[in-house]
Amino acid sequence: MAMDNSTGYSGVVNSGDLPDKPAPIKTDGVGPWIRDNLFNGAFNSILTISSLLLVLYTLPSALNWLIFNAVWTGGSDACRANPDGACWTFVTSRWEQFLYGFYEKSERWRIDILLVILAVGIAWLAWERTPGKKLMAFFMLVIYPIFAFFMMYGNEAMGLPIVETPQWGGFTLTLVIALSGIVASLPIGIVLALGRRSEMRIISLLCTIFIEFWRGIPLVAVLFMATIMFPLFLPAGVTFDQLLRAVIGVALFASAYMAEVVRGGLQAIPKGQYEGAMALGLPFWKMMRLIILPQALKIVIPGIVNTFIGLFKDTTLVLIIALFDLLGIVQASIADPNWSIKSVPYTGYAFVAIVFWICCYSMALYSRYIEDKLHTGHKR
Amino acid sequence: MQFIKTIAVSAALAATAGFAHADETLDAVKEKGFVQCGVSQGLPGFSNPDDQGNWTGLDVDFCRAMAAAVFNDADAVKFTPLSAKVRFTALTSGEIDVLSRNTTWTMSRDSDFGEFVGVNYYDGQGFMVPKSLGVSSAMELDGAAVCTNTGTTTELNVADFFRANKMNYTVVAFEKADEVVAAYDAGRCDVYTTDRSGLAAQRTKLSAPDDHVVLPEIISKEPLGPLVRHGDNQWGDIARWTLNCMINAEEMGVTSANAADMASSANPGIKRLMGTEGDLGGKIGLGNDFCANIIASVGNYGESYDRNVGPDTPLKLDRGVNALWSQGGILYAAPQR
Repeated sequence: MAMDNSTGYSGVVNSGDLPDKPAPIKTDGVGPWIRDNLFNGAFNSILTISSLLLVLYTLPSALNWLIFNAVWTGGSDACRANPDGACWTFVTSRWEQFLYGFYEKSERWRIDILLVILAVGIAWLAWERTPGKKLMAFFMLVIYPIFAFFMMYGNEAMGLPIVETPQWGGFTLTLVIALSGIVASLPIGIVLALGRRSEMRIISLLCTIFIEFWRGIPLVAVLFMATIMFPLFLPAGVTFDQLLRAVIGVALFASAYMAEVVRGGLQAIPKGQYEGAMALGLPFWKMMRLIILPQALKIVIPGIVNTFIGLFKDTTLVLIIALFDLLGIVQASIADPNWSIKSVPYTGYAFVAIVFWICCYSMALYSRYIEDKLHTGHKR
Repeated sequence: MQFIKTIAVSAALAATAGFAHADETLDAVKEKGFVQCGVSQGLPGFSNPDDQGNWTGLDVDFCRAMAAAVFNDADAVKFTPLSAKVRFTALTSGEIDVLSRNTTWTMSRDSDFGEFVGVNYYDGQGFMVPKSLGVSSAMELDGAAVCTNTGTTTELNVADFFRANKMNYTVVAFEKADEVVAAYDAGRCDVYTTDRSGLAAQRTKLSAPDDHVVLPEIISKEPLGPLVRHGDNQWGDIARWTLNCMINAEEMGVTSANAADMASSANPGIKRLMGTEGDLGGKIGLGNDFCANIIASVGNYGESYDRNVGPDTPLKLDRGVNALWSQGGILYAAPQR
């Protein structure tokens, strides 16, 4: 202390200790997280508490019904004895029917093979480190559908008995309609989007008319027209495969939506990209394939997947034209008088909801992964 | 490849004008090797898939009987499940050969859509109410909320009934039977109305089936029967006598169990039924033993009834008016001679 005085330093010197400051507010850990995210303010606190009450109010009874009080073993009698729980034995006793529909029992191995190839193919394309992606994509998009058609429909020359399309059903049929719709709608949609933006007036007009026509009518009306009105235009005795009619209707319907999604992506590409590509001397299709579409499609991945998910769920509408997709076959099974029990319809619908949710959520997860992988500048 | 060929042929023919086919259904059916039969998308006891995925029910049995009549093989039949809206189009466009889908025989349908060949179930619209409502007759339902299906004659019948009796009511209508039952069970309406066979089927889905009662009034006639396309009399005859054969067989006591013995019966009526005498089958383009084949593989009407909707099934429907005329019902088939 004496030294300070001798050098003439005239600053204020505190004698003694400063009073303790309060500890800083904790910002990590569970407690602060809850405070910052759930109870920061009166409004958010009310929201949190009411949501919590809602969950507490519904979740226990839902879990009770779905799991703890549900019937897991036994037959229909077990369900009749316990009407206040889900009747899962209804599903387990009929899962084959829900998966294959009325497909010939002795021929179901053909669907099994197709499903295994489908699963392997999708996993192959989805997983990052697999080799030969291009070859696999070509196989899955071009060869597999043809192969799948011959496997499912059959071919006498190949020694596969014919299984008529009215016998197709269940989850298989859902996949057939959804996948054909998905595989067909993306290319058709891209072509329509390009056509609508084309400077050739007639092409642009035709594409616009096509898109607006299909977008302007409900899918139910499309399916009804395909089923009820179309046969009246044909001579008596001539029939046109019902499933094919539905698949074409669904695919065209979805491609109209897809076209608008893709067009949104095309609009987002700055003009400089087109001009740059043209300055490089690229012809139209090369410009699209190498410069424009890769950027445009990347931007609209959420929109594309949105359309796919919508399409996947729309397949259930085919039940009104008497095709038994997963929902249709479950509804038909509910009519079995031996299973005429209160809990059975609820269980059936819950089962369908779970299956659809799993499928749609996987699509959503995959799209998120692709978006992350491809993000270059647009991601926030 | 046949699939692709069909598409090509359809596309080619679509451009040309259509023309009606007559008297050709039997030939066409024989050529393709099976009967294409339109059924419902699931109506308990009439047509529904069982645990194994086979179609069963009273309407389905009729389809199988026709297959047995034509091919002596009750499995030579394919089922096209049809919604109420598309059923007649499917028949007139030739997608199916016969429609056996709990269809009410009415004059306008008979003239517009096809030829009804008979009645395989006499139904009628009834009312179900909770016992707690304390109602014992439909005439006391003034001001009631009525649950029913949309798009069927049931809705119209209710309107007629209440108007004729000068009573007020509110309709709570749903697309599917399951929804109607759920709404009724939840107390959203006082009365549930549909065909009495339907009431019996849906009642088992209620939380407490015994707390509900079916009122005695039947407010409509619903003769349900199969129909075929107009213009092919031979095929119509085959369908008609398939049904009559099953009813006559019950009347004469011929069952699937004793059919083999009955073939050698001395009773001339049974002889004609089984085709050991006369040439009745030949008159409609079938084998003489067509009826014997039906009984052996599908059974008579009573057997089919008991198996699908009778008192031993979950539907527990008494024969009621569907008993034979000789047993107090109104089931009466023209004689086979």
